[in-house]
Amino acid sequence: MIAHAIFFYIFSIIAVISAIMVTVSKNTVHSVFFLILDFISISCLFIMIGAEFLGMIMLIVYVGAVAVLFLFVVMMLNVAQQKNQWFISKESSGHIPVGLVISVIIFFELIIVIGGWKYKPDLLNSTNLFIEKGVSNTHSLGQVLYTDYIHVFQISGMILLIAMIGAIVLTFRQREGVKKQSYLKQISRERAEGVEVLEVASNRGIKIDD
Amino acid sequence: MIEIGLGHYLTLGAVIFSIGIIGIFLNRKNIIVILMSIELILLAVNINLVSFSIYLGDLSGQVFTLFILTVAAAEAAIGLAIIVVYFRNSGTIRVEEIDKLKG
Repeated sequence: MIAHAIFFYIFSIIAVISAIMVTVSKNTVHSVFFLILDFISISCLFIMIGAEFLGMIMLIVYVGAVAVLFLFVVMMLNVAQQKNQWFISKESSGHIPVGLVISVIIFFELIIVIGGWKYKPDLLNSTNLFIEKGVSNTHSLGQVLYTDYIHVFQISGMILLIAMIGAIVLTFRQREGVKKQSYLKQISRERAEGVEVLEVASNRGIKIDD
Repeated sequence: MIEIGLGHYLTLGAVIFSIGIIGIFLNRKNIIVILMSIELILLAVNINLVSFSIYLGDLSGQVFTLFILTVAAAEAAIGLAIIVVYFRNSGTIRVEEIDKLKG
């Protein structure tokens, strides 16, 4: 139990500090690095608490795909070289106190909800899907994911497909002035229009333009 | 303190959620950091769902975390594509300089 507590505090402190660093660090590349650290420590917490499959999936999806996508975009847009100061003008920083106050109020509301929730124990009676003892986490997730939740699962696949198509359509652009091979043009070429017999005037030559 | 219960995990989720909201409110630098704050908020939601799922012995929380993961990945891809297009068109993604809508 003590080991559990120690590991929980280590991972959660790392997660909170790196989450703060994501928002306050001046360099965007550093923000992405701290985001990766945050995801890794949270997935360690998931694995420790007993949701191994989700922890591993989180490592693969977030660290392997999303964070690398962020890093790629940050480096492609070259925002690290942009102006590094936080605020351009003084008046644009005027909303900081309001934002801070609202965030702190949200935090305390959440804490109050967590504290008050213990006094209503009949909320806990959810007997929808038991976690069976002796069955591994991945096994039990797979048992419900492909049976009870099959439609939601397929819809999430459709969402991923639509997101892929949307990202491609958004960033695709037809460039001007790029010479490309056109197979259709090459195949549909006939001998009659490929060869032209010209009468060349003497001493004047001929101009072939294309 | 020693006995780690559901409340500890929920508090961690609340802290990360609030940090994400602070990141959205206070960020004046570029939109990519705002997208990262949204990822932090989704992460906090995932923490809440998984810890409820484990401590209440109900698997459906983990199933829904899986779907949230899917939606978060799709959202990050689309958002970054929009940012790339915007940067290509206007040359900046600083939050202060994006004022085309005059909001």
